[in-house]
Amino acid sequence: MTHLNDRIFGVLMLVLAVAYGWGTTQFPEPFGGAGTVGPDTFPKVIAVVLALSSLYLMVKPDPDNAWPMSRIALELIIAVLVLVGYALVLEPLGFIVATLLAVGTLCWRMGAVPVRAYITGGVAGIVVYLLFSYALDLSLPLGVLDVLEGS
Amino acid sequence: METLGYLIDGFGVALAPHNLMFALLGAFLGTLIGALPGLGPANGVAILIPLAFSLGLRPETALIMLTSVYAGAMYGGRISSILLNIPGDEPAMMTCLDGYPMAQKGKAAEALAISAIASFIGSLIATIGLILLAPVLADFALTFGPAEYFALFMLAFATLGGITGKNPMKTVVAACLGLMISTMGIDSTGVQRYTFNMLELYEGVDFIIAIVGLFAISELLFFIEERAGKGRKTIAVSKLKLSWADIRHVLPSSLRGGVLGFIAGVLPGAGASLGSFISYTLEKKIVGKKGHFGDGDPRGVAAPEAGNNGASSGALVPMLTLGVPGSGTTAVLLALLISMNITPGPLMFTQNADIVWGVIAALLIGNFLLLLLNIPLVGIFVRLLSVPPMYLLPVVTLVAFVGIYSISNSTFDLYFMVAFGVAGYLLRKLEIPLVPIILGLLLGPEMEKNLRHTLDISNGDWSALWDSGLAMGLWIVALVGLVLPYIVGPILRRRMRAAAETEASDRQ
Repeated sequence: MTHLNDRIFGVLMLVLAVAYGWGTTQFPEPFGGAGTVGPDTFPKVIAVVLALSSLYLMVKPDPDNAWPMSRIALELIIAVLVLVGYALVLEPLGFIVATLLAVGTLCWRMGAVPVRAYITGGVAGIVVYLLFSYALDLSLPLGVLDVLEGS
Repeated sequence: METLGYLIDGFGVALAPHNLMFALLGAFLGTLIGALPGLGPANGVAILIPLAFSLGLRPETALIMLTSVYAGAMYGGRISSILLNIPGDEPAMMTCLDGYPMAQKGKAAEALAISAIASFIGSLIATIGLILLAPVLADFALTFGPAEYFALFMLAFATLGGITGKNPMKTVVAACLGLMISTMGIDSTGVQRYTFNMLELYEGVDFIIAIVGLFAISELLFFIEERAGKGRKTIAVSKLKLSWADIRHVLPSSLRGGVLGFIAGVLPGAGASLGSFISYTLEKKIVGKKGHFGDGDPRGVAAPEAGNNGASSGALVPMLTLGVPGSGTTAVLLALLISMNITPGPLMFTQNADIVWGVIAALLIGNFLLLLLNIPLVGIFVRLLSVPPMYLLPVVTLVAFVGIYSISNSTFDLYFMVAFGVAGYLLRKLEIPLVPIILGLLLGPEMEKNLRHTLDISNGDWSALWDSGLAMGLWIVALVGLVLPYIVGPILRRRMRAAAETEASDRQ
């Protein structure tokens, strides 16, 4: 069993603490002087505490959890890409189409039969859209389905 | 007697038709969320907050709905413990010990009904405790100055891991991360901090986005990793045969469990896990050889379930009176309060008395609703258990997306949420607890304000932070809370596991 995860995380946190602490020196002087406690006091305290606790993690790390291997790691990356893509196409394609694609793909990648997966996505998209537009009175983008609204 | 007057006013608020409707909706959704695999109470409340927001609900209505969700999720959690032997969250672990064997013997319906009744009794006792204790504690908290508050916040962080927590240093790291995020944006003196000149960051990071990302999105990623998409087989639920004698049989256990649970819930750092654990072990001691614990004794279902629910209502006491949540779910409820511009803490009892007492009254009413909902409708919830996560989690993700999007109609927030989700996944892999991050985000501004006041009064003398006896006491408890898990944690965890294992091997 290795202890690398916590060590690396500790190093990252130490870097973060230093960067964050250095950031406090870049604050502009507040209007009318800083007083006893300026905007930089509290962040400085946090930076010190984080630096100390990250040192501790490096010295006394816990045993590692295994990271997912190739295939599952790929699935995870796909899932994150789908989520980012969902946010990306939500406005241009509209809520229903974006949901059909995103939820459908997620269901499919989690092990559902593709047809049922995309049906789930489509139904969920339409139900939530109707619920939001009519029951809750909140607007969601229609996107490419805009033409339907006029008819 | 003053309390009674407030409580009657509270019932006036809670019984208003639309509040009652939202309480019912919340109780139903909560049970559903609790019953569904892979959605804990904190998760469930988190994904519903944005909706409460974008619907423009009044604060009391939103809070009533979400506390009902909270209470409901505690009820729902028992269903998967009993039928699947999978505890929805840690406190439900003890319910598995006797609940699952009961279900295997064909007494699933009875186990479900008994646990519902025990949950009801536990919550009821704890709500009464809340009514009695909260005003007293709030009065006491009025004497707190900024230094005491600062110490109290430290106490909240230190005890958050609970005495069953693993590595306290990781709690510290997590708290720092949360506090750091909370300092982003324009501070009270008008200085920009860590905004990187991005307009979206001027107002800081919206903690609702952070909460939904950290909880809901990271959960999806976890399910993908474990390839647990298919769901599991449930045990069939037969027709309910429950006599009055059966209920009377478990009544003393439920009462004891409820009281113990409430105490565990109020105390900082104890939490619901400890509540259900103590209730179960005490019950086993009291009943002794006469019972058949671990082999489907109804009292072994009732005691931890009452303890669990008692603790969850008890946890509302520090959240409402001091503004310091003791658990993940109460932290999420605190997020709701803050985002509704209500400052939690002792002043809330005077300034927003209608909200506080409305919520407390709603808890009482919610309990009855939940009992009514849970006995006849248990069949529906059971069927939901068999919804495979591969359909469920994507839809939950959709709800999270649509909720966040509907707050501000900006896709920037969505990217932010996904980023928090990925971060949440990585942190959970490293066993960095997420709740202190949330707490840091929520309490950061208040902590800084209190630090500033303390030092302004003392002219920059840092020892003012622990000058008064009360503040000193809080610091000491905080320190003990941080160090104790090192000593007690391993022992307690081993005992809980040993208990679970011996019961399991006895059964075979």
